[in-house]
Amino acid sequence: MKEELFVSGRDIPNIDPYLNIWHWQIPLYLYLGGLAAGILFFAGYFTIMRKEKDMEATVKWAPFLVPFALVLGLFALFLDLKHKLYFWQLYTTVRFTSPMSWGAWTLMLITPISFIWVATYMKELFPKWDWKFEFLNKAEAYAIKNRKGLAWIMMMLAVILGVYTGILLSAFNARPLWNTSILGPLFLVSGLSTGLAASMWMSKSKYERKVLSRLDLIMIGVELFLIIHLFMGFLSASEVQIEAAALFLGGEFTVVFWVFVIILGLVFPAVLETLELRGFHIPVWIPALLILIGGLVFRFVMVEAGQITRFLY
Amino acid sequence: MRYAMAIDTKKCVGCGDCVVACQTENNVPHGYCRDWIVENVAGTYPNVEIELRSERCNHCDNSPCVRCCPTGASHIVEGGIVMVTADKCIGCGACIQSCPYDARYSHPDGYVDKCTFCKHRVDNGQLPACVEVCPTKCLYFGDLDDPNSDVSKALQHRKWKVLAPEAGTKPQLYFLT
Repeated sequence: MKEELFVSGRDIPNIDPYLNIWHWQIPLYLYLGGLAAGILFFAGYFTIMRKEKDMEATVKWAPFLVPFALVLGLFALFLDLKHKLYFWQLYTTVRFTSPMSWGAWTLMLITPISFIWVATYMKELFPKWDWKFEFLNKAEAYAIKNRKGLAWIMMMLAVILGVYTGILLSAFNARPLWNTSILGPLFLVSGLSTGLAASMWMSKSKYERKVLSRLDLIMIGVELFLIIHLFMGFLSASEVQIEAAALFLGGEFTVVFWVFVIILGLVFPAVLETLELRGFHIPVWIPALLILIGGLVFRFVMVEAGQITRFLY
Repeated sequence: MRYAMAIDTKKCVGCGDCVVACQTENNVPHGYCRDWIVENVAGTYPNVEIELRSERCNHCDNSPCVRCCPTGASHIVEGGIVMVTADKCIGCGACIQSCPYDARYSHPDGYVDKCTFCKHRVDNGQLPACVEVCPTKCLYFGDLDDPNSDVSKALQHRKWKVLAPEAGTKPQLYFLT
């Protein structure tokens, strides 16, 4: 029998025996970022397509979730920092090679934009709403007049935000599970899908739900396609990536990944949405909730499992 | 100038003096270390081979930690030494994730800490603490661009390897085998 045994004298907290430096804050933040990106992307899209009337929940009401999601996500990110009082150093420099720097600046732009977007619909949600100050009323009128421009900016930033939540992980070549360029598009599509689910849940119009269901089915299809490619890529790559894939193909993350992410989070809601489109009555919250939970579990699994994978030497 | 270190795995006995010297020299907090010993046992008794390695930050030429740092706290100084500026570091952990050698850790005070090749000593013409104390003299430190430096001479007549070259980081710790 041929054996090789490694014994390390190192035993540093959160580094050994395997890396565990990122806890619940990062996956929660990646999830909320993706959700916000999804909601804003479609709010912008249907505004540009002049469908505000037909797609009310998508354009007007679901975006009300975004400021909360982004602020909560940023707060989780802040909690993750170990040298908290220095967080402002993020905003003293732009570093093009650092995904985290990209993300920090994107959030700096998209968070206020989401607030502005919501503010322009404040009066429609609360008819008695009053901005109190004249300059705020003027600003509101200006923003409403330029909604389309805002929608374009919002859509582009939403794509950057959605892709970035994946690239944040995929840029680390030291963690073989993350080090695949498919993670950017995969996280974007997953974010778009959760965004659609949230809008679908909030919608009261049958027509709107139908449009969103169809779009969501496409997203789920693309997501499954990307996940298959993810594993095909891993299984034909180097040993460390084959081992990374093994965590999901018989390893310790097999059940949680296939049951909660793939079956309950993607396949089952897709079946329910198809049945709904075929005329069966299915409460909309069931597929929506399943997709939202599936997306959250997916990010937790990826962050947790990725930290276990490493180079062998 | 390109500082590097060579570690003679045939001479190392795994005593751990380098670890203690570093902890003392650099005031490394209790329970943490900037360098460590790895024992690699291959084969089945009685045909066993042991390789002992004193490992630390590889001060990579293509350092992923510097690339992914969002604030510029991780940076490279003259001689290729990778350093961390504590009051620029926000403790986000990106560099810790990016290191294939897991050579960085989160200091209890919040910032990220690691081996500095004892820059404060090297600047004064001294050797890093680990090199200075090694009882078997199995560590060689110096400038790779200078053919007469200890490290250049050590690499001239021996076979060597670097750790995880497939990670693409161009590490600067050379293990003599």
